Amino acid sequence: MARNVSTPTKVGFTIAAWAVALLLFAPILWTLLTAFKTESEAIASSPTFLPQNFTLENFAAVQERSDYFKHAFNSIVVSVGSTLLGLIIGVPAAWAMAFAPTKRTKDILMWMLSTKMMPAVGVLIPIYLIFRDLRLLDTVHGLTIIMTLINLPIIIWMLYTYFKEIPVDILEAARMDGAELWNEIVHVLVPMAVPGIASTLLLNVILAWNEAFWTITLTSGRAGTLTAFISSFSSPQGLFLAKLSAASLLAIAPILLLGWFSQKQLVRGLTFGAVK
Amino acid sequence: MKLTPILMGAFTLALAGTASAQTLTIATVNNGDMIRMQGLSSAFTDETGIDLNWVVLEENTLRQNVTTDIATNGGQYDVMTIGTYEAPIWAKQGWLVPLDGLSADAAYDVDDLLPAIRGGLSLDGKLYAAPFYGESSMVMYRKDLMEKAGLTMPDAPTWEFIGEAARAMTDRDNDINGICLRGKAGWGENMAFLTAMSNSFGARWFDEDWKPQFDQPEWKATLDTYLSLMNDAGPAGASSNGFNENLTLFQQGKCGMWIDATVAASFVTGPDSTVADQVGFALAPDNGLGKRGNWLWAWSLAIPTSSQNTEAAEKFINWATNKDYLATVAAEEGWASVPPGTRTSLYENADYQAAAPFAKMTLESINSADPTNPTVKPVPYVGVQFVAIPEFAGIATNIGQLFSAALAGQMSADDALAQAQDAATRDMTRAGYIK
Repeated sequence: MARNVSTPTKVGFTIAAWAVALLLFAPILWTLLTAFKTESEAIASSPTFLPQNFTLENFAAVQERSDYFKHAFNSIVVSVGSTLLGLIIGVPAAWAMAFAPTKRTKDILMWMLSTKMMPAVGVLIPIYLIFRDLRLLDTVHGLTIIMTLINLPIIIWMLYTYFKEIPVDILEAARMDGAELWNEIVHVLVPMAVPGIASTLLLNVILAWNEAFWTITLTSGRAGTLTAFISSFSSPQGLFLAKLSAASLLAIAPILLLGWFSQKQLVRGLTFGAVK
Repeated sequence: MKLTPILMGAFTLALAGTASAQTLTIATVNNGDMIRMQGLSSAFTDETGIDLNWVVLEENTLRQNVTTDIATNGGQYDVMTIGTYEAPIWAKQGWLVPLDGLSADAAYDVDDLLPAIRGGLSLDGKLYAAPFYGESSMVMYRKDLMEKAGLTMPDAPTWEFIGEAARAMTDRDNDINGICLRGKAGWGENMAFLTAMSNSFGARWFDEDWKPQFDQPEWKATLDTYLSLMNDAGPAGASSNGFNENLTLFQQGKCGMWIDATVAASFVTGPDSTVADQVGFALAPDNGLGKRGNWLWAWSLAIPTSSQNTEAAEKFINWATNKDYLATVAAEEGWASVPPGTRTSLYENADYQAAAPFAKMTLESINSADPTNPTVKPVPYVGVQFVAIPEFAGIATNIGQLFSAALAGQMSADDALAQAQDAATRDMTRAGYIK
């Protein structure tokens, strides 16, 4: 439905949208530019916008000191692994809450979300002790488990919201046609909820990719992900800004590309059900 | 599912990692000297066959990680990089393995370690951490600006002279600040500087009964001097300046003087500095009370009792902190790049003295710091710019925020001190120090 919008309003909104977008993008742009500067140029108190002495030495230095590909591999395994594990648990859980609710369902959902309300450091010591005793410290599977647990409430909440949008009549029709529970979920519900599941998957991969607290605390080298990789280039005493920017750029590049190529899917999924 | 092989691969990798025979996991901070050690460490592996797994982290993250690990007996690390603050506290808790092997090794020559640094890393005469590099603080100043102001910096200046010089050197029109000092809140940031400064004013954190002393005239004199100096001659927005910010300002020629870590000397005279040939050094200022406002810190290597490889870990620490290591760095990168502040023999070395013009001042600064007797009056604690009790980091960070707010003009010095006194009294009572 087309609406008549005056030209000045259109121009105004366009400018505002660009301004907000540039503001949000500015830190990433600055990181990008700094990664190609020399250390002294990076920290200059009257900084130049474009690199004056364009250099790739920061990337070489970063790779020489730390193994990017090992950390990137760990990041991929942990983020994709935890998201898939989360979906395997989350889809049946969300189905139960959306289509077979009890009077306690709302409370359970709220309880799940409440686990996200406590700062992570509050459970650091118990989790650390459990990891120590189960020999999960500095292991990729240990990290995958903790990341699944951290993101499970979000996965269930998102899926629950999408499933609620699906008419229960369709599922009932499938049931009347003799579909068993498993077939109903796999062949009827999941195909209809693909946009929702896809955006849940993408968002959780991004969240797990960027998680820094647990990935840094529970690893010591072998299972370190890209967040631990970035952290090793940060320093309060010394000149490491350009190298830090190069490391950050390397760390966010894969997820930035993933986000770029899947932005349609992501936006559709995130606004699913928002417009009725 | 295509991801299964990847997951299986990861599992196998993780298992293979835990099964390997002699691998030491070393946690260290991200700074130039440590990164150099990491770069040279393949020689250690070639020599001994022991593999090294490096965990390099930013200082605060490192502290959080190793503290969590050691307090829970986690065993993730075999060698930890810790400072003079942690060493005595952790040794007392029984968390560190005493380095008796080093003390007994004649070639290692433990008596060559600088006494002030060795004292700070020992408990009951036993060495618990081996210093990798040590630092104190001193005055770095611009000779040209000092001359322009018609003044001459003495080797051992007083606070009065520093104040006079800072005001005379300030030239706001040309963006030159007479003095740059730390203002960013944090126990290792502004409070390291202010605690060291307060010692030269005769102030102390606690009396012999652990009662906080921020309501005493010595602390008021310290804070008043600091604030008026920074207001008259400091850079704009100083309350968010830490080491890096001041380093940048000084290197860009925007500070007449800077009182900070001795390790900064090689940066301000290095290739990134626009004023490298104009930098002079002097001892940290005093007030004629017999104590100077300089601190003492040593990044050191220690072995947690949770390590399964203590013997190999001690071998590594020996390699990284012995005299041969200094010679190796000198051969590879020149004497100016050798980690400073740990051994007497380094300061007697003519090559080092020639390569590092700041060597003499660094040694004198380190030697003049006394962690067991940091200020004029007697104190119940150890530490120059800190108090070696576990509660200090939290209390000092709170107080650091109050002093930073006073510098930003958000509260008066008197209010900041009164609130500091209340906060410290409350926390020390809760912790059971004040009965």
